[in-house]
Amino acid sequence: MSILEISVELIYMVAIALFVVGLKRMTSPATARSGNQMAALAMLIGVAVTLLDRNILNFELIIAGIVVGGLIGGVAAKKVEMTSMPEMVAIFNGVGGLSSVLVALGEYYRTGGVGLTNDALVTVGLSILIGGVTFTGSIMAFGKLKGLVSGNPITFPLQTALNGVLLLASIAATVMIIVDPTNEMMFLTVLGIALVLGVLVVLPIGGADMPVVISLLNSYSGVAASMAGFVLGNKLLIVAGALVGSAGLILTIIMCKAMNRSLTNVLFGAFGGDKNAVDNRDIDKSYREMMAEDVAILTAYAQRVVIVPGYGLAVAQAQHVVREVADILEAKGVDVRYGIHPVAGRMPGHMNVLLAEANIPYNQLYDMDDINPDFEKTDVVLIIGANDVVNPDARENPASPIYGMPILNVDYAKATIVLKRSMNPGFAGIDNVLFYKQNNYMYFGDAKKSLQNLVTALKEL
Amino acid sequence: MTSLWINFMLLSPDMAGATQAATGDPIKDLLVNLFVFLLACFVGFEVISKVPNTLHTPLMSGSNAISGITLVGALVVAGHTYFDLPAWLGFVAVVMATINVIGGFMVTDRMLEMFKKKDEGKK
Repeated sequence: MSILEISVELIYMVAIALFVVGLKRMTSPATARSGNQMAALAMLIGVAVTLLDRNILNFELIIAGIVVGGLIGGVAAKKVEMTSMPEMVAIFNGVGGLSSVLVALGEYYRTGGVGLTNDALVTVGLSILIGGVTFTGSIMAFGKLKGLVSGNPITFPLQTALNGVLLLASIAATVMIIVDPTNEMMFLTVLGIALVLGVLVVLPIGGADMPVVISLLNSYSGVAASMAGFVLGNKLLIVAGALVGSAGLILTIIMCKAMNRSLTNVLFGAFGGDKNAVDNRDIDKSYREMMAEDVAILTAYAQRVVIVPGYGLAVAQAQHVVREVADILEAKGVDVRYGIHPVAGRMPGHMNVLLAEANIPYNQLYDMDDINPDFEKTDVVLIIGANDVVNPDARENPASPIYGMPILNVDYAKATIVLKRSMNPGFAGIDNVLFYKQNNYMYFGDAKKSLQNLVTALKEL
Repeated sequence: MTSLWINFMLLSPDMAGATQAATGDPIKDLLVNLFVFLLACFVGFEVISKVPNTLHTPLMSGSNAISGITLVGALVVAGHTYFDLPAWLGFVAVVMATINVIGGFMVTDRMLEMFKKKDEGKK
C-alpha cells in the first residue's frame, strides 16, 4: 500500500467522522446549521480526495458534470418556495437514485463484467435495483405531490402479488448475472424491473402519505449509495450510504408513529381512499360565529393563547400576519405559544420551517407532547387552517376514520376559535365535532384577511 | 453511546488497513466491508433516534444530500476512461449526484438559517 493510498484512506476517515458528527448536530435546532455545513465539508473532502486518487484520467467530463449539476442544484435550491419542499426533496432523491444506477452500469460496462468478482456483481445488481426503484418511485411521489398524477391511491387486483413476483424476478436475474457476467441483457432486465417496480410501489399510496414514502426512498437511496461503495470498494460510500439508510429508516418510523400508522399500513393500506365514512351519531350541529372585534377582545384579555397552525395557513401565505398578531398580543402581556402537530404542513416538521421563514422563534414552537398538558390552563386557542389534527373524534370516537391518531387536545382549553373559509369538511373529508362544541367559535374568511382584520381590531382596543 | 460507536469504528484495525482489494482476498474484503456497513447502520440509528419534530424536514433534506455521496463513485467511473460509454454514463451520474449534493445542502442551509431563538430573532 503506497503512502498516497494510506493518506487517502485516512482522509476518508476524517470525512466519515465529519458526517457522523454533522448528522448528530443536525438533531438539535441550535447546532443544526453547523451540522449541515460539517456534512457538506465532509462531502467536499471526499470529492477532493477522490480526484487526487484513483487514476483519474478524464477531468474534462468531471468538471463539466460538476458545473452543470452544481448550477442546476444551486439555482433550484435558491428559487424553491418553502411550501414546495416535499417536491424538492423528492426530485433530489430521485436524481440521487439515478446516479447510483448509472455508477453501477458504468462500472459494469467499463469492466465488461469480466473483471468483477462475484460479490461485486451482486452489489452491481442490488445497486441498479435499489437505485432504479428510488428513481422512478421518487418521480412518482413528485408527480403525486405536484398533482400531475392523481393523489388518490391507485389499486388493482393482485397488486402486492405482482410486486412480489417482480421483486423475485429481479433477484433471479441478479443470480443469472453471477452465472454469466457477460450477459448484458440480464443487467438491463434488472434495470427495467426496478424502474417499473418503483412506479408500482408508489401507485397505491395516497398523496397525503407521500412524505413517508419520500423518507423511505431516501433511506433506499442511502442503501443504493452503500451498494455502489461495495462495487467500488470505497468505504466512504459504504459508511455515508449506511448512515443515510438507517437514519432515513428511523425517521420514517418516527413519522409513521406521529400518524399512528404502521409502515406496512402506509405502504399497503391504500389509506385516504375511503372518504365515505358515515357519521351516524346524533349531534347538535349548530355552531357559534365570531367577528374580528370579538376575537380581538377574547384574545387580548387572555393570559395564555395557543396558536395552532395548519397547512391552510401556509396556503394563505399568512405566516407573517400570524406573527404580527402574536407580537401585538405579547406586547399586551399575553403568553403566546404555537402548538405544532407532528404532521402539520405537507411533510413532518414542514410547519416549523414555514413559521421559521416568518421569523417566528423556534423556542415558541411547542411539539404536541409538550403543549398538550398545557391546554387546560389555556384561555384561547386560535386554530388557523388546521382541522383533522384538532378533531376530538380521533380521541373519542372509535367509528371515526382518524380514530387513534394523536391530536392536539385543544378542546380542553377554555375557548377555541377556528379560522376557516366555511363549514366545508377539510382535506380528509371528515367532519369535525370540535366545531359544534359549546366553547368553540367560528371566525370565517380567508386566513390572511381574517388575521389582518384581527390585527386592525387589536390595534383599536 | 454514539461516541463509543465512533471510537470503535475509528480504532478498528481492519478499518485503517483495508482499502480496495487491499488484502487481495475478495472474501475478506467483502467481510470487512459488511462489518463496516453494519456498524455504520448502528451509528445512523443511534444518532437519529431522538430528533425533535421541528427538524424532520431539514433532516430529511440534509440526509438526502449526504446520500448524494454516490458522487464519489460517479467521479471514479467518469474519470477512468476517455469519452466512451462508461465515461458518459459516469458524466450523467456526476451531473445527477451533484444536483443532489449541492441542491440538498444549500436548501437545507436555507431552511436552517431561518431557525432562530427568540433573542436572536429580535435583533
